[in-house]
Amino acid sequence: MKEQLTLEKQEEVKTTEKITGSEAIIKCLLAENVNTLFGYPGGAIMPLYDKLHQYQNKLHHVLVRHEQAATHAAQGYARISGQVGVTIATSGPGATNLITGIADAQIDSTPMVCITGQVGSHLLGSDAFQETDIVGISTPVTKWNHQITKASEIPKVIAKAFYIAKSGRPGPVLIDITKDAQFEEFDFSYQRCTGIRSYKPIPSLDIDQVQKAAELINSAKKPLIVWGQGIILSEAEKIFKCFVEKSGIPAAWTILGASALPTSHSLNVGMLGMHGNYAPNILTNECDLLIAIGMRFDDRVTGNLNFYAKQAKIIHFEIDPAEVNKNVEVDVAVLGDAKDSLTQILPHINKNKHAEWLQKFKELEKIEYDKVIKKDIHPQKENLSMGEVIKEINNQTQGNAAIVSDVGQHQMIACRYAEFKQTKSNITSGGLGTMGFALPAAIGSKIAAPQRDVVAVIGDGGYQMTIQELGTVFQQRIPLKIVVLNNNFLGMVRQWQQLFFEKRYASTEMTNPDLIAIAKGYYIKAQKVSERSQLADAIEDMMKTEGAYFLEVCVEKEDNVFPMVPAGASISDIRLE
Amino acid sequence: MNENKTYTVTIYSENNIGLLNRISAIFQRRHINIESINASVSEIENISKWTIVVQLTEVRMKKIIGQIEKQVEIIKAFYHKDDEIIYQESCLFKIKSELLFEDRQIQNLIKESGSNIVTVNREFFVLEKSGKSEEIGQLYADLKAFGIMQFTRSGRIAVTKDQMQIRKIIHKF
Repeated sequence: MKEQLTLEKQEEVKTTEKITGSEAIIKCLLAENVNTLFGYPGGAIMPLYDKLHQYQNKLHHVLVRHEQAATHAAQGYARISGQVGVTIATSGPGATNLITGIADAQIDSTPMVCITGQVGSHLLGSDAFQETDIVGISTPVTKWNHQITKASEIPKVIAKAFYIAKSGRPGPVLIDITKDAQFEEFDFSYQRCTGIRSYKPIPSLDIDQVQKAAELINSAKKPLIVWGQGIILSEAEKIFKCFVEKSGIPAAWTILGASALPTSHSLNVGMLGMHGNYAPNILTNECDLLIAIGMRFDDRVTGNLNFYAKQAKIIHFEIDPAEVNKNVEVDVAVLGDAKDSLTQILPHINKNKHAEWLQKFKELEKIEYDKVIKKDIHPQKENLSMGEVIKEINNQTQGNAAIVSDVGQHQMIACRYAEFKQTKSNITSGGLGTMGFALPAAIGSKIAAPQRDVVAVIGDGGYQMTIQELGTVFQQRIPLKIVVLNNNFLGMVRQWQQLFFEKRYASTEMTNPDLIAIAKGYYIKAQKVSERSQLADAIEDMMKTEGAYFLEVCVEKEDNVFPMVPAGASISDIRLE
Repeated sequence: MNENKTYTVTIYSENNIGLLNRISAIFQRRHINIESINASVSEIENISKWTIVVQLTEVRMKKIIGQIEKQVEIIKAFYHKDDEIIYQESCLFKIKSELLFEDRQIQNLIKESGSNIVTVNREFFVLEKSGKSEEIGQLYADLKAFGIMQFTRSGRIAVTKDQMQIRKIIHKF
């Protein structure tokens, strides 16, 4: 280990002093500008918590109610701020409870550092109380992980952890620290890590590829941009907007890319994929050039790959070389950070207006509006629809809120209808599809961005997976707005059962408790709405309330989310009903 | 591109605890069986070299190389077909000593196969053979009739016919 770490470039920021491993961890975190931690104490992490007590004015520790929530809160924190989210947990069950959030952060490229306590190093491998091989367990779902058994390793390993979590394509890192290493005293000094010889976070930009891409873009008649979270992660929103406007190319987004370009932008043609908009899905298979930027051709976006954009030339702007040609064979790959790549290519792009081509999107959008959108946001039937709730939230927040959604029907509806004016506003579990994500992620988001309105939009199923976090909202006095769209069903699974399993509703109907009473039990102001006439007032009341607010909206039980690309089908076979 | 072939994967990496887990997980999650795996020092100080043999399509192989290289502690990964490398395996046979003295055929087999006697004592002798997989397989089949007390075989080790572009990468740092 020692030898290896000398091979990393570091810049020194601290002089030597003798302190314990625990205090060293805290000093490392402070040196990395961490001011918030999400965690839960326990035996093997007690030395660190003991020191945290001493540093509580510098490091705000958010006591969650379950370690899974600590990871989702850290994710929310990272997604809204672009900073590394940090969690702390004890060994054994504390550590294993982190795994879902770590896997979520891995697949959604979220920078996160998780610190776990471990039994004393003399007990490793002895099946000691609360001992688990968390390094082994977390290996497939972390960008990097490491176990520390000596205090002297702490500064270098933590420096490396933050560097790896944040650089290149971000991801989660887990550091497991034995209890004796936390107690041990050593001479502390801290140097930030600035490079690792075996790790190249950003591939060098190849100007030839940029030129080739520019030529394809300039000569295309029917080009389409599909962008993902890469734009947000590299903070390329401004240059991306210039690129879109100069080239005049319609642009569609993956759900993690949403909000990088304002929803109302004239060239924003909507959401891709299974429940995305009609026009970008249909026209992906009619464009002559597909320009993918910071996205990874997830199966929920592409549908059946054998029928995906086969007619088009494809350019892929991507930071992770392993993503190129992984799912879709591309003609030109521009490896590098999205912001750098777009900055390089912009001068080579001709000004253009693809008016006729854009008109095609408008025509298809009209079809979708008539068949789907109108019913969703201006429903004629008695019961409330999920779409009209999102629309009302848009109205009352003027599109400035960050919407944190869970997983399922309400998520697709929220992504489809939320209007975003600001970037980093659509916080949701994309790749892993983790129910229970939203409430804790919204907590983390609100803590990271107290100036922003944060609205958690959650289904009744996912809400009850991490409902205990109301305790965190209450204890931390987080002015979070929580909207549960209650259809008394695990709606997305029910929709599939209806469409593909002949309406055999196996274990999808929920007998729910009194959610208002539960919120009130946590002293959170709460209201339940089931009439259209009450909706606007209720949302207004929620947004005007200073503290936390819980709003339960009873919605139509058996609404379906359309459009829909059935699993295994081509995106051209997208169904409107 | 779409038929299964034998590929030898060569990985240069840091020498860190847990890296084996990280590498094997890449194959495991794609339901690919590792035929053999070997880890050792390499021609470069403080850098480990892995030699892994797998059978899959070239399309998958390429993608997996990308996934391997993506790991923080991996410096570089390559894959090669059999005709691009010089490769060997090694094996040990433990056989009753009496056979060595009593059976001429065994003595001939040892000579013809180019194997070496590592040790002899009253009860047993140990035979070592390095070579291609098929050669070792042949010797195993030949000796089986006489009775093999123990047998073990190493994973493949290999060097490439062409130069490995690895030093440059490290010097760049």
